[in-house]
Amino acid sequence: MMSVSLLQRFKTGLWRDNPGLVQLLGLCPLLAVTATFVNGLGLGIATLAVLMASNALVSATRSWIQPEIRVPIYVLIIASLVTCIELLFKAWFPDLDRSLGIFIPLIVTNCAIVARAEVFASRNPVGSSILDGLVMGLGFALLLMAIGAFRELLGQGTLFARMDMLVGGEPMRGIVLADNGWLLLVLPPGAFFSLALAIAAKNAIDHRRKDARTPISRRARSLNR
Amino acid sequence: MTDRPVWKSGVTLAVIAAFCTALVAGTWQLTAERIENNKKEWLERSLTPALAGLFFDSPVTESMISIAPPHDLPGTETAIIYRVYAGTEPVAALFVVSARDGYAGPIRLLVGISMDGTITGIRVLEHRETPGLGDRVETTKSDWVLQFDGHSLQDPEPGEWAIKGDGGQFDQLTGASVTPRAIIKAIKHTLTYFESNRDAVFSVHADNPESDINEASQEQK
Repeated sequence: MMSVSLLQRFKTGLWRDNPGLVQLLGLCPLLAVTATFVNGLGLGIATLAVLMASNALVSATRSWIQPEIRVPIYVLIIASLVTCIELLFKAWFPDLDRSLGIFIPLIVTNCAIVARAEVFASRNPVGSSILDGLVMGLGFALLLMAIGAFRELLGQGTLFARMDMLVGGEPMRGIVLADNGWLLLVLPPGAFFSLALAIAAKNAIDHRRKDARTPISRRARSLNR
Repeated sequence: MTDRPVWKSGVTLAVIAAFCTALVAGTWQLTAERIENNKKEWLERSLTPALAGLFFDSPVTESMISIAPPHDLPGTETAIIYRVYAGTEPVAALFVVSARDGYAGPIRLLVGISMDGTITGIRVLEHRETPGLGDRVETTKSDWVLQFDGHSLQDPEPGEWAIKGDGGQFDQLTGASVTPRAIIKAIKHTLTYFESNRDAVFSVHADNPESDINEASQEQK
């Protein structure tokens, strides 16, 4: 029974309610850093860590926080956690930190985090909230990685370039498939196009599945957002 | 809505704030040393490639002087000079200057010049040039900046300090002509400065960061 609901939760976070694809939260970092795979992965890990920790703290303190001051408390908790993550990145992944620049501190403004605190963690026990942070963070991170890989491959002709920023060692050029790519995809408009394609692909897949099965109308729900 | 006393909310906020502060302070304690080391290491790592083929035995970062604008070097930001020694003998100077007229804002450049006025290396430290076009001035993207190694004010002739498209000697970057022009202009400018201020650059004391190199160069004249 437990494993079924666990599977359901993962499905929700990674697919049905994916913070980036469906809820369209945290778009600013998503669009800004995904020019390469390693940047997407780096910001994905950072966001995932903040989301799990903030869900845990919000949930642990939920019983003795007065509702009228809950928002400032979320802000305090999230801002502190992001500062900690930023310091840890600076200490252990200095190159990645330099590459992501302002977008690590800007995790503070990722609506996905405050949304999960308000919608889920403030009403559920700690373990369940951490799991929620994990699945939602994973959903966001996987989307960042997918868009990063797509833009890097078509825009730059490489895949997994500069993974040394995460794993250490000599600068790596990654898998080089072409010397040049389609420049547009590396530039900011490419981020919008890529995200649009990802959302369209998801909707198309959902559509096809729905046609195959008995139609359960979830469509109105995702359209209303 | 509720008649819960305000002071209770205040206390809750204070407790949470104290906890969060402790969390950040603890993480800072844990990481401060590593971060400091990373910064130093990164600086040395980014400076030494501009000293190709030189022997030196002092840490580059220890002999820094910074010159606040206005100064005679390129750019309107603070310029930085690192003096490089072998023993007590000066062997080269590293300039951190800005090329003002990049395609998208200033380009921060590292220019290494040996005592005889030849370039030991050029690196682009910071820029906002177009990805895929102007950003090929980075060594991770192309070898364009390496072509300046070994050149000096006399080689090529001053009139040929330009990209080939402008009648000069240096390779251009396809699709980006503003960026190379700006960089070449700044390099030439820095070489000229070094030629006329060489002794002043090395006579200023490093332990006095505010020391005014412009004054020293006045005395020399």
